Order: sequence, then C-alpha cells, then structure tokens
Amino acid sequence: MREKILDRSTLDTALLARLDAYIDSLKGDKQEQLIHVLHKAQELFGHLPHNLQLYVAHALGLSGARVNGVVTFYSFFNEEPVGKYVTSVCMGTACFVKGADKVLERTLNLLGTKKGEMSPDGLFTVKDIRCIGACGLAPVVTINEKVYGKVKVGQIDDILSRYRGEKRAD
Amino acid sequence: MKLIDKMIQCKINGITVNVEAGSTVLDAAEKAGIHVPTLCHLDLHDVGIVNQNANCRVCMVEDEKRGTLVPSCAEKVTDGMRIQTDSLKAVMARRTSLELLLSNHPQDCLTCVKNLDCELQSLAYEMNIKEIHYHGEKMSHPKDLTSRGITKDTNKCIMCRRCVTMCDEVQTVGVLSPLKRGFDVVVATAFHLDLGQTSCTYCGQCVSVCPTGALAEMNDAPKVWRALNDKQNHVVVQVAPAVRVAVGEMFGYAPGEISTGKVVSGLRRLGFDKVFDTNFAADLTIIEEANELINRIETGGTLPMLTSCCPAWVQFIEAQFPELLSVPSSCKSPQQMMGAVTKSYYADKTGIDPKDIVMVSIMPCVAKKAEAAREEFNRQGLQDVDFVLTTREFSRMLKEAAIDFKKLPEESFDELLGESTGAATIFGTTGGVIEAATRTAYEMVTGKELKDVNFKQMRGLEGIREAQVEVGDVTLRIGIAHELGNARKLLESIRDGKNHFDAIEIMACPGGCIGGGGQPYHHGNTDILKKRQQALYKLDGAMKKRKSHENDMVMKLYEDYLEKPGSPKAHELLHTTYSTKARI
Repeated sequence: MREKILDRSTLDTALLARLDAYIDSLKGDKQEQLIHVLHKAQELFGHLPHNLQLYVAHALGLSGARVNGVVTFYSFFNEEPVGKYVTSVCMGTACFVKGADKVLERTLNLLGTKKGEMSPDGLFTVKDIRCIGACGLAPVVTINEKVYGKVKVGQIDDILSRYRGEKRAD
Repeated sequence: MKLIDKMIQCKINGITVNVEAGSTVLDAAEKAGIHVPTLCHLDLHDVGIVNQNANCRVCMVEDEKRGTLVPSCAEKVTDGMRIQTDSLKAVMARRTSLELLLSNHPQDCLTCVKNLDCELQSLAYEMNIKEIHYHGEKMSHPKDLTSRGITKDTNKCIMCRRCVTMCDEVQTVGVLSPLKRGFDVVVATAFHLDLGQTSCTYCGQCVSVCPTGALAEMNDAPKVWRALNDKQNHVVVQVAPAVRVAVGEMFGYAPGEISTGKVVSGLRRLGFDKVFDTNFAADLTIIEEANELINRIETGGTLPMLTSCCPAWVQFIEAQFPELLSVPSSCKSPQQMMGAVTKSYYADKTGIDPKDIVMVSIMPCVAKKAEAAREEFNRQGLQDVDFVLTTREFSRMLKEAAIDFKKLPEESFDELLGESTGAATIFGTTGGVIEAATRTAYEMVTGKELKDVNFKQMRGLEGIREAQVEVGDVTLRIGIAHELGNARKLLESIRDGKNHFDAIEIMACPGGCIGGGGQPYHHGNTDILKKRQQALYKLDGAMKKRKSHENDMVMKLYEDYLEKPGSPKAHELLHTTYSTKARI
C-alpha cells in the first residue's frame, strides 16, 4: 500500500505542470517558501497526499520529513481528501470557553462523521482548529471562506442545511 | 557588527564573570564554575554540532533584575545581568519541567537499553526526584523494529530534537522531523514510514546523541548467543580497529585506553572459536584499493575514486547522488572482505564447510548491521557476515557473561587472518584510510621505499581537509571529509566541476569510526573522540610494519589463493556494485 502512496508517477501531470510553473515563478529562496508551495499544491489537488508531499520536497530540495512536518503542523493542510465544504470549529481559548467543544460534537453528530474525516455524503469535512483570531465572535465556525460567529448549538442544523441542498461537484 | 570582540560582564550567583557578547547564560555559568543541569542542549563545537532549541526547559534559571525565568542554554547574556541558578524559583521550575517530562515517559528503566547510561535517568537522580506529581495521558506509539540497524521507541522520546539536528543539519539526510503539534507532536519519519523504507543511512548518530532509550541499535546479542551455543557452528569473530580504543570506557577505563589484548581474550571467553582482526582485512582493502586507484589513473578511469569502507556513506551516495555511483571504489569494506575470505580461503585451508561458519563482527558502527544484510554480499546462499555487534553490545555481552574485563589477560589474534600493520589501525579515524592507501600507492607506483609514513597533513578533525602528495611524477590530490553534511559539500563541488581530486576518503561519523554510532556514549564530550584518535595513531606509531603490503598473511593470501590484486578471484570475493536507492 505504502509503495503506491509514495509513487509520484500517479499524480496528475497537467496539475503538476501548473505546480511546477508556480514554483518556477517564485523569486528568492524557494525552500523558504514551502508554505506557499503547499498552499498552491492543495489548491490544485484538493489535498496533499504523501506522493504530492514528496514531489514538493524533491522540487524544493527538502527532505520528505521536513515537508510532512509542516503539512501536519498546520490544520489548514489536508493529507486526506476533504469534502466540498471544509467546516472548521475554532478550539482557541475564547471559543473553547464559549462552548466550542459542544458545537463540534453537535456538528459531528449531525453529519454522522468523525473529526478530520469526510462525511458519508462527501459534502463535509469537519476539523477542530487553533485560534483563528476572531475571539470577539466566539465561538466561531468557518465553512470554506464563510465565517459564522457566536454560534449556538441549536443553530448548527440550520447552518449546515444551507449547504446540504447542493450536490457534490464531481 | 562584530559582537564577538566585545566583552560584557554579568553575575552568576553573585560571582562576576566576563564573557564575550553573544555568550549564553549557560556559557557564563560554566565559566563561573557553576553547573546548570541540561537535557536537550548539545554543543559539540569541535565537530560542528549544536542543538540549542531550548525546548526541554530543564536548564531554567532566574534573571534577578527582570524577576523572570530564562532557559540558560538559549538566553544571551546582557551587560550587567544578574542570574541566580539556585533560587527556589529556579530549582522548582527545573524540577517541574523534569517531572512533566517524566510523567509522559515509560518508567521501565530496569529493562531499558539505556539503563545506567540515560541522561533523563541521571537528571532524575541529580535533581533528587522521588515522586512524580503529575499524572495524565501518555504517548502511545508502536515501536519501529523494522530496519536492519536502528530501533525507535517513540514513547521514550522527550522531543529534544538532537536526532533531528543530527540527521537533518549535520548529516543532511533529513529522515527525521517533528510531525504534528501540541501533545500530538512526535519525532518521526515522513508519513510515519518505517525507518527501513526511508533513505536512512543507519549511521547511528541519532542513537549517539539520543539522551534516552528512544533510539537504539538493533540488539543482535541473542542471535550471537544462540550461534555460540550451537555445537555444529564454527563461530568466527572479527574486531574493527576503533573498537579496541573505545571499549575500555564501558568498563571504567579512561578514554583512549588501548585494550586490544583484552578484547581478544574476552571474545575467546565468550566462546568464539577463532578471533580474527578486521585490520587484516583493512590491509587487504588497501592493496585492492591502491591497485584500483593506480589503475584508474593509468587507464583514464573515473576520478576521483572514493573510498567505500563506510557503509553509511555508501547508503548516502546511493540515495542522494545516484549520478555519481561510478566514483566509489568497487572494493568491499574490510568487514565484508573478512567475511568473504573467511568463508572461502579460511574454509578451504581448514577444511571447514563454509555453511558451518558463522561470521560475527564487533564494530563501532550501526550501519555495519545493514551492510552485512545487503543482497550484494550473499554468495551461494551465504552472507559474508552473519551478525554484527556494536562496541556497546559486545561490552554488554561480556557483562552478561560475568567476565571481569579489567582482569582479562592480553592475548593475540588467531593465525591466518590475524596479522595487521599500522596502516590498518588508522582505518578507525578520519584521514586514516587515505593515509594508509597513500603509503601503499607510493611504493606501488615508485618502487621506492617510503621513508616517512606519517602524512600529518591528512590528520585532524577538520570537517573537510585537502592534501597533495608527490608520488613519483604524479601529484596525488586528496580530499577527506567526515560527517555526511561535509561529504555532501565535497561531492557537490566535484559534481559541479569546482574541485578536482584523485582520491577522496569519506566517513559518515564525527571523527570517523572512533565516533561511530555503535561506540560507548560520549555524552557530549568530544575530548573522548580526540583521545580515541590519539590512541589509534599511537598504536600505528608503535607498529614495526606500517604499510599494508608488508602484511605477510595478506601476501600469503594472494600467493595461495587470490593470485594478485584485482585478479578475477579477487573481484569475485572482494569487490561489489552499487545501485540507486529511493530518496525519502
């Protein structure tokens, strides 16, 4: 299984070409810009499978362990495929005090999924994330780019239903 | 701004100290003669290794003016600073840090590989920890026992990151990194691959610097005990040069103690049937290697030629520089040559079936375990070398057998594969292999006697060294590197055509085999490496024969069996090939 995951030849060559072009366009020390490259890679591929991380490592002359260390440090990066709507529940101190754990629990229950895993309908991936700096709005939930503040447990079903009406793009 | 020139003053526990600007509080405390406990901190300036990331918080001291605690290993001294290392606040902070580390550590010291050699254990004793006040979740990771050299027990990791600094910055192999964050942080390979799936070279330097039992060598002693106790077996052992100048440390001798004779008698007491000297094979390696070098020079072959004795270095070039696989010498390492010769020539001479011979080596090295297991070293279903024990494992076996090392008599190696010269002895230090090769190449090329065999310009502990030697009409350009990061620099300069050499010696470990990953732990004291190195040169200097081609047993091996250097028979037994390995 692992051999397969590490095999870079299975990656989409058209997308890789776009990633290469992006890396080429970077000025200065490219190794220093690993995070930008990973952002771009995730934007192109949707998530960062192991073989893609290795591809980035080789392209920038970094070790696979270093790249994997950065990818697993930031909750923004996904090693596994994610749903169409990435739902992030902020677990920073302020949000936590305001009941973020209950918000998270309710969200997972409603979607019938586990933390970090895609919901059965393929629409949602729920993550708990560190402080996003919107403490005044605690507790905060973001769905893709949209921010929901002062979320009450009772509102979650309503919020999710706004997204459930749509079908998966692919 | 040249900070280094400026001296500043501070007070440590009321003692006035003048230090260079840029010094740490820890430096200043040391200057004042005050001990501050440290754990993650590791400063091996002599060999270019500094791990200074202040993450264990065991060295906290109090800054009196600010009234705050600072990590002494990372905090820079400021002019007029007043530090108290023994205030209640500082002592309690250090104790808390240590207790927190211990609260997430398996308390299985009695059976741990690092028992009595563990820095965490020593600190717990030093700080008089009698109870751990914190209880909570503990790490729970599976052990990685998959590789041929190194075992990893992540639950014993204290996140000091010395191994990461070593692997990533010093060796530039980059197999280890901290993954994840917060409580979930783990020092691991990319994607939690098994070590055997990565480009780990098994140099074992991570093991050398690990303060706990998180990283250790694969324990092969049980297999060797089994082999020794099987009557059918004829168990032969070989001992590498760097072992004899380090093993004494495991039994209370000062670093640099030469214990060749005791090693031999100790091995006999353990039950080995024959005790051979890897130095014999080192002399043999030199004959083959010098012959190959002269051949390459005369026939316009690939230059430079790189030595191939160091298995970690071989793993490194196979993964990191696949385009340069034609430059290493095709010679097997002395360990492998000894195995091959034992299971052919020695078997022939004695009439013992090679299938019954078990070849064990005592090595300063962890990578030798992986080397012995390589497919290339299998002939007719038999590996050249069956089991490899590090200096540490060998010492533990002696202890296990209740052998009093200090009382062991001095004995000599066995006939046939036991003779060696001074040239072979210095194989154990950086610069030694190439000096030995030069001694022989000189006489092979010029046909004249080399009067002074001491090539001092090749000696030392500098990371990269260069030397030029006049050999007849030819000037040999020689490069030397130890530590893989230095090897990388040297290789890049060759690949890019910036530097030209005829021969290059590379050893993966700091100082060469004397600082090997299987040696007694130096616990950050690089003077130990220097003492071991001096001991090897002392041994060499005291030998009557100091050129490999003067080894009579080696010459007899050619006469009786191999014919001449580089012969088809020599190639079959003593040479190998390299192949590209994955870089992960």
